[in-house]
Amino acid sequence: MKTILILAGQEIRDGFRNRWIIALTLVLAGFALSLTLLGSAPGGTVGASALLVIIVSLSSLTIFLLPLIGLMLSYDSVVGEIERGTMLLLLAYPVTRWQVMAGKFLGHITILAFATVLGYGLAGGVALYQSETVDSEALSAFAAMTGSSIILGGAFLAIGYLISTCVRERATAGGIAIGVWLFFVLVYDMALLGLLVGQGEAIGNTLFHVLLLANPADAYRLFNLGGFDNVATLSGTIGMMADVKLSSWALGGVQLAWVIVPLSLAALIFSKKEI
Amino acid sequence: MTKAMTIATLQFDGVGKNYEDNLVLDNVTLDINEGTIVALVGHNGAGKTTMMKLLLGLIRPSQGHVRVLGLEPTGPEGATAKRNLGFLPETVAFQQAMTGLEILNFYARLKKISLSKNLELLESVGLADAARRRVKTYSKGMRQRLGLAQALLGAPRVMLLDEPTTGLDPALRRDFYNTLTSLKQGGTTILLSSHALSEVETKIDKAAIMSEGKLITSGSLPELRHAAQIPVRFRLHTQNGSASSIADQLAGADINQVNGQTVEFSCAPQDKMLLLRRISELGIAVEDIEIELPTLDHLYSYYRDEGNVQ
Repeated sequence: MKTILILAGQEIRDGFRNRWIIALTLVLAGFALSLTLLGSAPGGTVGASALLVIIVSLSSLTIFLLPLIGLMLSYDSVVGEIERGTMLLLLAYPVTRWQVMAGKFLGHITILAFATVLGYGLAGGVALYQSETVDSEALSAFAAMTGSSIILGGAFLAIGYLISTCVRERATAGGIAIGVWLFFVLVYDMALLGLLVGQGEAIGNTLFHVLLLANPADAYRLFNLGGFDNVATLSGTIGMMADVKLSSWALGGVQLAWVIVPLSLAALIFSKKEI
Repeated sequence: MTKAMTIATLQFDGVGKNYEDNLVLDNVTLDINEGTIVALVGHNGAGKTTMMKLLLGLIRPSQGHVRVLGLEPTGPEGATAKRNLGFLPETVAFQQAMTGLEILNFYARLKKISLSKNLELLESVGLADAARRRVKTYSKGMRQRLGLAQALLGAPRVMLLDEPTTGLDPALRRDFYNTLTSLKQGGTTILLSSHALSEVETKIDKAAIMSEGKLITSGSLPELRHAAQIPVRFRLHTQNGSASSIADQLAGADINQVNGQTVEFSCAPQDKMLLLRRISELGIAVEDIEIELPTLDHLYSYYRDEGNVQ
């Protein structure tokens, strides 16, 4: 365990040193704050909690941004270190391959969590300051959104490691990472929509649900936009949620599975890789 | 059958390695004993780095067994073996944004040793002033020295050094070999690979000559010289005019060249002393004598050619 912490610590220090963490926090805080400040104008008059409004807008932002950040942090971390030669030296030390993988994940997810909590927390704080009442359900929904955003980032970190362990060149990993991001974040939903419009009756409800959960970004969307009643009303996804009969726990579980499965697979492939 | 009482520190037992159809190591059997310095000699692609990677457990042998301190590097005891091991890769690379001291501290933590001696260690490789500068600003030689420092962490029992002196200036090379000698006296086993044959030959106990994945031969330099039967070369400086008469008196030697004041000849290694006695009997006619023993370079090219003929 101590070895994993040492490895994670090195990743975090590297993140601070390369100004990755600062850049990340600024980007997230910048987007979140501008959404809060610009987006709260309509919310205030209709009476919807300001916090609920930004949950909806922030989770839409998250779906684009955090997968991208996750992949950017991770796609290079195995193949890049092998290419640069630092992996050769690291593995000459008394560390196992799965410890290296776990250490990298722990370090990167900490970086991600730090930036997300700080960035979104700032936005949430501003929203709270602007609204007169504090709604406890909205607060817990906001906390759940922040937490699941980090898990979504973690899922794409894990996918990034999987890419990074499978390829031989850094450039290939970068290309695949962009492809994966486009696929899960943009193409997948469009394709699903197309399928529904075209073959709406042919594909059953169950298959549709499975297809939704087969994308970590969609699982995240269902969890946040449908998981809390007030948010669902606001985001207009209540109809869809009535159909998808899954508890928040199950959705959270699916999200976690999207972290654990690719990460374990990456560790397994890495442990067999010849360097 | 009698077994050796002591187990060799590094063992290759019929080791082969292939990547699909590409054979990079072919049936290598080599034992390296505790407290010896052994040089792996061979051209690029001869299998030297592959042997180091096998010892580190980074790759698995396709055939045979590799043991480090009696342990299998890819097995569950691999971590124990690595705790007692220092490695300097051929092209050493570090996280660019870290300082030299931070890098050393990180690796010391992984080896679970105290950090207190790290500054001293950096000082010993001449990096005291650069300890708190980022590695990004280091020159190639400074990186190599930092690489050496990390390999020395925790006084390892085994050192694997892949082309260790590339990028070091002559003074640092001397320091480096002095360090190796004192490590050896402390019982450390050192395996190094090198192209700079003339540089390592006075420092090593044994050489293992590799060619195209095969171990051609191994042994101490006198053993290898004897087995190779490479002639010893002499050059005599004589009094004016006596060169040709001296050449006539050197029966048994293979005269290569006679001109005015010098006689050049060669002989088989076992005839060396005989000829030397005869030369000393020639008295003041011989003013000076140069003897050139076959160097590791000669041995290497001899064995490499022989290996390729087979």
